[in-house]
Amino acid sequence: MTQKLLETLFFRVFDNPILARRHDGAVLETGAKRLAFTTDSYVVDPLFFPGGDIGELAVYGTVNDLAVCGAEPRWISAGFIIEEGLPMEVLARVAASMRRAADRAGVSIVTGDTKVVPRGRGDGIFINTAGVGIVPEGVEIDPAGARPGDVVIINGPIADHGIAIMALREGLDFETPVVSDTAPLHTLAAAVLQTCPTTRVLRDPTRGGVASALNEIARASSVGIVLDETSVPVRDAVRGACEILGFDPLYVANEGKLIVIAPGDAAGKIVERMRELPEGRESCAIGMVTSEHPGTVVMRTLIGGTRIVDMMSGEQLPRIC
Amino acid sequence: MKYIDEYRDPAVARALIGEIRRVVRNRWTLMEICGGQTHAIVRYGIDTLLPEMLTLVHGPGCPVCVTSIRMIDKACTLARREEVIFTTFGDMIRVPGSMQDLAAVKAGGGDVRIVYSPLDAVRLAEQNPGSHVVFFAVGFETTAPANGRAVQYAAAKGLKNFSILCAHVLVPPALRLILSAPGNCIQGLLAAGHVCTVMGYEEYIPIAERFHVPIVVTGFEPVDILLGILECVRMLEGKRFAVHNSYTRSVRREGNPAARRVLDEVFEPCDRVWRGIGHIPASGLRLRKRYERFDAEQRFDLADVRSQESPLCRAGEILQGKRKPLECPAFGGACTPDRPLGAPMVSAEGACAAYYRYRRAG
Repeated sequence: MTQKLLETLFFRVFDNPILARRHDGAVLETGAKRLAFTTDSYVVDPLFFPGGDIGELAVYGTVNDLAVCGAEPRWISAGFIIEEGLPMEVLARVAASMRRAADRAGVSIVTGDTKVVPRGRGDGIFINTAGVGIVPEGVEIDPAGARPGDVVIINGPIADHGIAIMALREGLDFETPVVSDTAPLHTLAAAVLQTCPTTRVLRDPTRGGVASALNEIARASSVGIVLDETSVPVRDAVRGACEILGFDPLYVANEGKLIVIAPGDAAGKIVERMRELPEGRESCAIGMVTSEHPGTVVMRTLIGGTRIVDMMSGEQLPRIC
Repeated sequence: MKYIDEYRDPAVARALIGEIRRVVRNRWTLMEICGGQTHAIVRYGIDTLLPEMLTLVHGPGCPVCVTSIRMIDKACTLARREEVIFTTFGDMIRVPGSMQDLAAVKAGGGDVRIVYSPLDAVRLAEQNPGSHVVFFAVGFETTAPANGRAVQYAAAKGLKNFSILCAHVLVPPALRLILSAPGNCIQGLLAAGHVCTVMGYEEYIPIAERFHVPIVVTGFEPVDILLGILECVRMLEGKRFAVHNSYTRSVRREGNPAARRVLDEVFEPCDRVWRGIGHIPASGLRLRKRYERFDAEQRFDLADVRSQESPLCRAGEILQGKRKPLECPAFGGACTPDRPLGAPMVSAEGACAAYYRYRRAG
């Protein structure tokens, strides 16, 4: 069954010289280059959602993990855990979507694996991807690199992905539909690095949202971060859904957001450059890095008060009233 | 966003804070009753902006927190049964029972499902005639009408595989208990806007008169809360002990007659044990005789369930405004949202959770 799948589907759809060797793993020519290597698994339910699907997510997720290392994403692996009985058309749609996403991100899917599990033992399909990218000379992205005086920038409204999925799962309807922000960020990241080679940190705030990503950076860099509540962009429909469900958008997942932490004097130039690209059109500064309260993220609230923005603990649960 | 942004307007909030500073002359201690208000206060830093002569203490109005540990244990017992699909609002999943929470029961194979409406639970019963669907009916007067409606709906459909585990509680009896306790320091109350949306505020008038406390019906956005505080301080400084409605966009004097009719038709008052506080006479709601067949405690034998509270947890003092979360020795150490000792550390409305999320370093 697995062999047949490879022959009739994956090898054909993902066709390229390295995959065509049909080796257990991909052997990569690297020379003296620095490589970035990452992996992630995708178990999203439902498989298809407004703004994307699990296949696209699996490619862009790994591409983005490479992009935020400052790397040019190049090669990706794909591991599939398929629940027995998943319609062939669904699998073909997911594969085609991965191919499209890979082409858009300029990466090739060069090796893979397929396992079929008995019905009831999986959830349609699980995908694992790993990726390798090349880090250009001179680029030093370090999660511990944030310094007091740096500015925190984001490329647009937060929490779209998590709310799009939640809305579909729970049957919430909006006047303006909420669409996942699933997108590759490597072009945007490269543009940022080109504009400001001394950019300190890049991060894609996926699970755990912007709050968790910034907490990790604050702790790793031993700095404080101050967010300005009025500057953090959230779409109205997303805010509405968060109000209803009792969620805080700062903790909701994103799949196409890039957090940039860069020296204060370069921030204006970076935002300007980011806004020239489609995935950066709504970029803006949302906060500052400070030497006060190291390891802690603080929000200056709408009405001028302050509060801590903590790491997410557990998962957000819809509230009672 | 309409109906939200106006009530989070920084300029309006600043003006109200200025007015509160102008009006206040004496030291006052106010209690906001509802956990939703506690979260808004801490989340927006409202307490950090008030004059230091005003102290806000946090009240018992967190339905998740006051649901007794024995009820949680009963819920876990039901959820472990083979034939039961146990449905609940999301907040209840992580509330610690004596041994387990519902999340642990679910991980151990129990069929526990989060629903957004009690009607979803009724629908689940219709779709699964081979199972028995139990809905965990928790909450104050706010959630009781919708839960009562679900019971009426199940009755109209003739469903035999649906019941509720009824843990409803009422605000006024708890207020009387807190205000009459020896050493009570509460001088003014912000009443919970959502509860009053259903019940109106007539029942608060005798409380204000008897205990000499002004009571202001208050909403949940920063501007609402500041308005409530301002009105409460004005009445205290003017020595007026009345009930004032400052949440007029939602609350009428008589409340919501349709919702009150459902309440009255389906439920009757009963004694109730509040977690951390204890037994309060006539402070709960149970199903009336004619709906008894929808009472999970009648359908299943739960009399043997025994419960044991953690001796470290100070939830009772926190829920009565006697202690603030940061004053609890277990706070942030033995008790965190990941490993909570008591319900206030879990709930979206719990005071301890609010302080843990927004105030820890303070």
